[in-house]
Amino acid sequence: MEAVTWIVLVIDATLRVSTPLILAAFAGMFAERSGVVDIGLEGKMLGAAFAAAAAAFATGSAWLGLLAGMGASVGLAMIHAFACVTHRGDQVVSGMALNILVAGLGPVLSLAWFGQGGHTPIVADTARFRPIHFPFADRLSDVPFIGQIYSEIVSGHNLIVYIALGMVPLAAWFIYKTRFGLRLRAVGEAPEAVDTAGISVAGMRYRAMIVCGILCGVAGTSLSIAQNALFVRDMSAGMGYLALAALIFGKWRPVPTLFACFLFAFADAVQARLQGVDIPGVGIIPVQAIQALPYLLTVLLLAGFVGKAVPPKASGVPYVKER
Amino acid sequence: MAGEEHRGAAAERGPSGGPGVPALEVVGIQKWFGSVHANDDVSVAVAPGTIHGIVGENGAGKSTLMSIVYGYYQADGGEIRVGGTPVTIKGPEDAIAHGVGMVHQHFMLVDTFTVLENVVLGVEKGYLLRSTLSEARQELERLEREYGLDVDPDAIVGSLPVGLQQRVEILKALYRGADILILDEPTGVLTPQEVDDLFRILRALRDQGRTIVLITHKLREIMALTDRVTVMRAGRVVDHVATAETDRAQLAAMMVGRSVLLRVDKEEAAPGEALLRVESLAVRDRSGVLRVHDVSFTVHAGEIVGIAGVAGNGQSELLEALAGTLASEQGTIAIGGAPVPAGGRAEAARAMRRRGLGHVPEDRQRMGLVTAFDASESGVLGYHRERLYNRGALMSRGAVVDAVGSTMEDFDVRPPLPTLRTANFSGGNQQKIVVGREMSRSPDVLLVGQPTRGVDIGAIEFIHRKLVAMRDEGKAILLVSVELDEIMSLADRILVMFGGAIVGEVSQEEADERTLGLMMAGERADGAEAAGA
Repeated sequence: MEAVTWIVLVIDATLRVSTPLILAAFAGMFAERSGVVDIGLEGKMLGAAFAAAAAAFATGSAWLGLLAGMGASVGLAMIHAFACVTHRGDQVVSGMALNILVAGLGPVLSLAWFGQGGHTPIVADTARFRPIHFPFADRLSDVPFIGQIYSEIVSGHNLIVYIALGMVPLAAWFIYKTRFGLRLRAVGEAPEAVDTAGISVAGMRYRAMIVCGILCGVAGTSLSIAQNALFVRDMSAGMGYLALAALIFGKWRPVPTLFACFLFAFADAVQARLQGVDIPGVGIIPVQAIQALPYLLTVLLLAGFVGKAVPPKASGVPYVKER
Repeated sequence: MAGEEHRGAAAERGPSGGPGVPALEVVGIQKWFGSVHANDDVSVAVAPGTIHGIVGENGAGKSTLMSIVYGYYQADGGEIRVGGTPVTIKGPEDAIAHGVGMVHQHFMLVDTFTVLENVVLGVEKGYLLRSTLSEARQELERLEREYGLDVDPDAIVGSLPVGLQQRVEILKALYRGADILILDEPTGVLTPQEVDDLFRILRALRDQGRTIVLITHKLREIMALTDRVTVMRAGRVVDHVATAETDRAQLAAMMVGRSVLLRVDKEEAAPGEALLRVESLAVRDRSGVLRVHDVSFTVHAGEIVGIAGVAGNGQSELLEALAGTLASEQGTIAIGGAPVPAGGRAEAARAMRRRGLGHVPEDRQRMGLVTAFDASESGVLGYHRERLYNRGALMSRGAVVDAVGSTMEDFDVRPPLPTLRTANFSGGNQQKIVVGREMSRSPDVLLVGQPTRGVDIGAIEFIHRKLVAMRDEGKAILLVSVELDEIMSLADRILVMFGGAIVGEVSQEEADERTLGLMMAGERADGAEAAGA
């Protein structure tokens, strides 16, 4: 009984933690499939988190917060695209620059607009995405196993968790079953083939970056006004990089990437549960060692288990016409 | 959406503008790249339902002209007419809309896609792929039947041999409704049998009323396939002639501006002692794939041994192992009777050079030169430690410039300026810098990889004469080339490589394209085997 509860709680936490990770990893998938390496997922999430919290606080509407988050993130994505696609700048440098810019800009604007050092004011519950309770969830929660699964795992998450999970099949469908997806995959593999087919390479990459911006915007919003009630300095805590790692681990494909996100989130959920727990025969593991678990896992997986990860061939390469 | 309109337009326009009207005409085309006049008042008229050749040396402006027709570049002056009507072509999409298709020298294909996906890319019929692909499959099967262009629509393009990849390019153009098909140097990567197939397909297309423009520098192809030829030199049109009324010598003379020796003149070889001996050599490439296995041969003093083969059958790795830049897995290499230590280590290439081995690498830009260096610096690479060039720890710039300057004179590098940046020389002259550097040391054994790739006819002739002269001085020369013509006219003995092994050997007298072609495709000629048994 105890064990079942423990497992249910870990899965519940896994779903919550994986939400921004999935959204960001899929944002990266659209960018990299189009040939633009986006190391700026982190910055876009953080920028969106700030914008969402600020807008939700100012307007009292979670939906306007989401809109502001997406707007900020798409704006940053467009700067990245302008630097890398239009002006063929170095994609890693541009992404990194945006990360650094946003890391500083959030706290600065918080101080300027709200007079708070490094964070926004707390957003009221009515201006947040609150957990949604499905019918009968409370009544069934006492029913062993099935009731617990329904009330804790299926029900009781905020809207963005469901959006993220619903987005996955939709994104897969777009990438593999539509004209947009065909061209997206082509432009990341062989932009010269796309160009000679009479399609604008830059146009495709801008479109992909808009999708990337929107998804990162939702991811950032979930951090500040769904899982928390305010924006805090560095609240994305490297999740953008972790998403990039999940994308590589998932070999730029939707389903494996989804599971990579789950795996990382699971490691995180486990580490939270293990803190301060006296494990028989081992004793209490220092908090720092436990917290390092997800990152350790990332390094191990990327180093050893991925096999050969082959990125889209033109990923990271600005398109220049021959001669 | 755009795709539907394109195909509709192509269908309504019909195959040609009427009798006597050229299918494609360019009039007075002008194009500058900076100060280079790439196209100077170029006019060409291509009659409908014919195969029209455009020949010229590298840099004659033929590819530029066709890139203008396909919308890659905008002309600085002049007019393009399709079926007699002046048209504006701002990009490939306009060219496609006017029924002009192009098969590029480097294929414009997505390797990870299927044939079908590649064909529909850019002209999808709707937003959902499922219906687009099923319609396209029928159309593709019709085209394949009509022109004998067999390709499996579901094959992944990257896994197909180059000959089939080229068919996909042709199918792509036809699917887009191309009545006028431009092919840019289409045979560079094909085996002779694949070339035959291509020619059969092109003739079938012509016989069905399509118009074909063939850009090439290979005169044999022009003579075999075309109805009319336009010769270009230095950005201008030299002349238009009917193929039936000309011959290779005349075309070559027009291309170069003087008469050219097509066949290399050389005496019978007088082979002496074995200078290079290779025994059971096996080589892995840098990613660990076994590229050469159990290769044994000798090259004697005073002979040129040619290694023929389709690119990628182990020749590159063999050459690198011999030059010391790649480690050999097993086997021995001996120069002048003495075995040399295995390659691959630091300094191995230098050790080989000291043993009297010269190496003209296959890829001059990547392995032979540093294009950002002055010609004088590129001209001593690998020999820069020689005492002549150094004064203590410092290089003696004056000595380097003098020495390279005189080599450049000897090897007819134009302009003979050692202080000019390497990148500013044309391909042929860059190659002459490399060839000069390696030959002027008079090595006992010379390895030569693709000596005339991307080199104009004048320089080819020069390099070939130098190679023969070196042979006559009693040096051993190993020539690796994918140009069958080059191998057949230069080599005294020809070894054919396929799949990392030597699959046959023929003397120069016995060599003909058919036998060599079959061996290059991996089929040991039955007759030869029987004779050997």
